[in-house]
Amino acid sequence: MERKVVYPHLVLPYLLLAPQLIIIAIFFYLPAGQAVWMSTLLQDPLGLSVRFVGLENFEIVLSDPAYRETIARTFLFSILVVVVALVPALFLAIMADRVVRGASIYKTILIIPYAIAPAVAGALFLFLFAPSIGVISWPLRFVGVDWNPRIDGLDAMILVVLSSAWKQIAYNFLFFLAGLQSIPKSLIEAAKIDGANAKRQFWTIVLPLLAPTTFFLIVVNVTYAFFETFGVIHSMTQGGPGKSTEIMIYKVWYDGFIAQDIGRSAAQSVILMVIVVALTVVQFRYIDRKVHY
Amino acid sequence: MAEVRLNGVRKVYAGGVEAVKGVSFTVPDKTFCVLVGPSGCGKSTLLRLVAGLETITSGDVLIGDDRVNDKDPSDRDIAMVFQNYALYPHMSVYENMAYGLKNRGTSKADIDKRVKEAAKILAIEGFLNRKPRQLSGGQRQRVAMGRAIVRQPKAFLFDEPLSNLDAKLRVQMRVEIRKLQRNLGVTSIYVTHDQLEAMTLGDMLVVMNGGVIEQIGSPLEVYADPASTFVATFIGSPPMNVFPVSVDGAGILSLADGTRVGATSDHKGDLLLGLRPENLTIDDLPGATFVATGRVALMEPLGAETLAYITLGTSGPEIIVRLQGHATQPPGTPVTVRAAASAIHRFDAKTGRKV
Ligand SMILES: Nc1ncnc2c1ncn2[C@@H]1O[C@H](COP(=O)(O)OP(=O)(O)OP(=O)(O)O)[C@@H](O)[C@H]1O
Ligand SMILES: [Mg+2]
Repeated sequence: MERKVVYPHLVLPYLLLAPQLIIIAIFFYLPAGQAVWMSTLLQDPLGLSVRFVGLENFEIVLSDPAYRETIARTFLFSILVVVVALVPALFLAIMADRVVRGASIYKTILIIPYAIAPAVAGALFLFLFAPSIGVISWPLRFVGVDWNPRIDGLDAMILVVLSSAWKQIAYNFLFFLAGLQSIPKSLIEAAKIDGANAKRQFWTIVLPLLAPTTFFLIVVNVTYAFFETFGVIHSMTQGGPGKSTEIMIYKVWYDGFIAQDIGRSAAQSVILMVIVVALTVVQFRYIDRKVHY
Repeated sequence: MAEVRLNGVRKVYAGGVEAVKGVSFTVPDKTFCVLVGPSGCGKSTLLRLVAGLETITSGDVLIGDDRVNDKDPSDRDIAMVFQNYALYPHMSVYENMAYGLKNRGTSKADIDKRVKEAAKILAIEGFLNRKPRQLSGGQRQRVAMGRAIVRQPKAFLFDEPLSNLDAKLRVQMRVEIRKLQRNLGVTSIYVTHDQLEAMTLGDMLVVMNGGVIEQIGSPLEVYADPASTFVATFIGSPPMNVFPVSVDGAGILSLADGTRVGATSDHKGDLLLGLRPENLTIDDLPGATFVATGRVALMEPLGAETLAYITLGTSGPEIIVRLQGHATQPPGTPVTVRAAASAIHRFDAKTGRKV
């Protein structure tokens, strides 16, 4: 039951919100509006001639099979990143929750990756998985895995998913741990007395009680996968080999800044925005209601 | 249905706290046993040892003829009602009650029958589809009880189940729990620090203090014949008056200021004398053994009765006398306090044990 607090003031609330609102306006609404406007224009690479073309950019972009592939790839990538970022985080949180001695040391170590910039994380993984010298790819070759993300599209995809998810694991871990610690011990004890073994305790008590946390993390991680993984991809594969790791946000940048096709790049960023907004709305409208108890 | 037996049970927590220091007692089948004692005396720990939520450091716990020391809580066939109820917040009342049966593979039809039966007994049939957060404290309490009774376990364990309710509801639920336990005939161990709950609920009282048992007996036995000054002052309200007296060579008892109190003893050394406020009078009492003079310090009228605070002798101790009806002697009035021989309790001054 949410209770609404009603304030009699008219100006004060806006004044208090102003700093945040101004930042959002300058760094989000303004560029977003600009993108929408630019997506209706056709201009040459040097910006000498500009022509209003209405929705033509969208028509061209959406009818391009390569772009549709990029959309499909982006969804696959995001799902993989979310799964790879959430499952190990939950596992680690459950383990950390059980640790009695030195708990804060484990927690600190597990949180550190979150402080690392995506591009740096990308570089790190690039070294780890470098085909001939990487400390991970080298033993892989010994066991007969022909690992080369520079040639093999699947290898490249695995690489960017792993390095994108790695950083998020720390973030998700924190939230899962907090979620686990907020489950009253007596609930688990009651379940034990009610005859639930460890597996059933997890599936019927712990996981449902973590559902609000999980839901929140899915929303955050989906947004992360759609937007913030640019740095990882740019520093590792540049969308290659071929187009095998080119996700929508990367293509926006590539078409706009490398191919210099500003109108179509803007149209893509509008499409990207619409997709993410739609996803978030769907998540909140239909799932949010189910996860809260 | 089974008896619960504890043999020299000890519990030392990881930090080195010895919460339970070798406790032995038997709760016979179908008996309602109340564990009572002050905060931190190890009541919850003892209950959790029986439930299997804590490991036993040494000693044995037997339920029926089974030694359950190494058994998981789920294999002990007990049900527990927690102080905060511990209802599963994401499940409906029905699911909460069905959960334990489901885990044990009871058939759907059987679960349905038993949940509905229990709901009827507890008058919560109307709430079966609600979530715990949509219930009042008293209703949650009933659901917690329901979750315990649907299982038809060998024993019920209660850890201060009423302490989160308001005073009126507490009395009502107390009566209901008692009736329920009688009807179902399930062996029960009930933890509380409320001596009134202890007196009214139990067939059997176990009074604990500092991890050891002070006394075991029926509530009336414990009330009438406390084994130590601790029990004497813990059970009963207002508590028993306990004050030191010295014994001279002839066995005559007197207060610190020399005032004689009439009673005698053949005990060597100093004594603590115990007198319940309700056994004392300031009126004439033919054949009284305890006779001591004093002065009224304060009268506290409670309506049906009056509590008189009286300073014995010239300088104390101050004792409480429970008078019937209305009395209004002003402070300073000299009075003589009397009690019959049977009402006098004598405790050793050093050990506090009954002599
Ligand atoms: N998990 C634990 N680890 C270490 N010491 C504990 C633990 N649980 C309880 N204790 C200690 O054991 C002693 C007994 O605690 P217990 O909870 O059994 O008391 P209690 O009689 O139930 O008190 P209350 O009436 O306040 O609930 C206390 O001194 C307490 O500090
Ligand atoms: Mg307790």
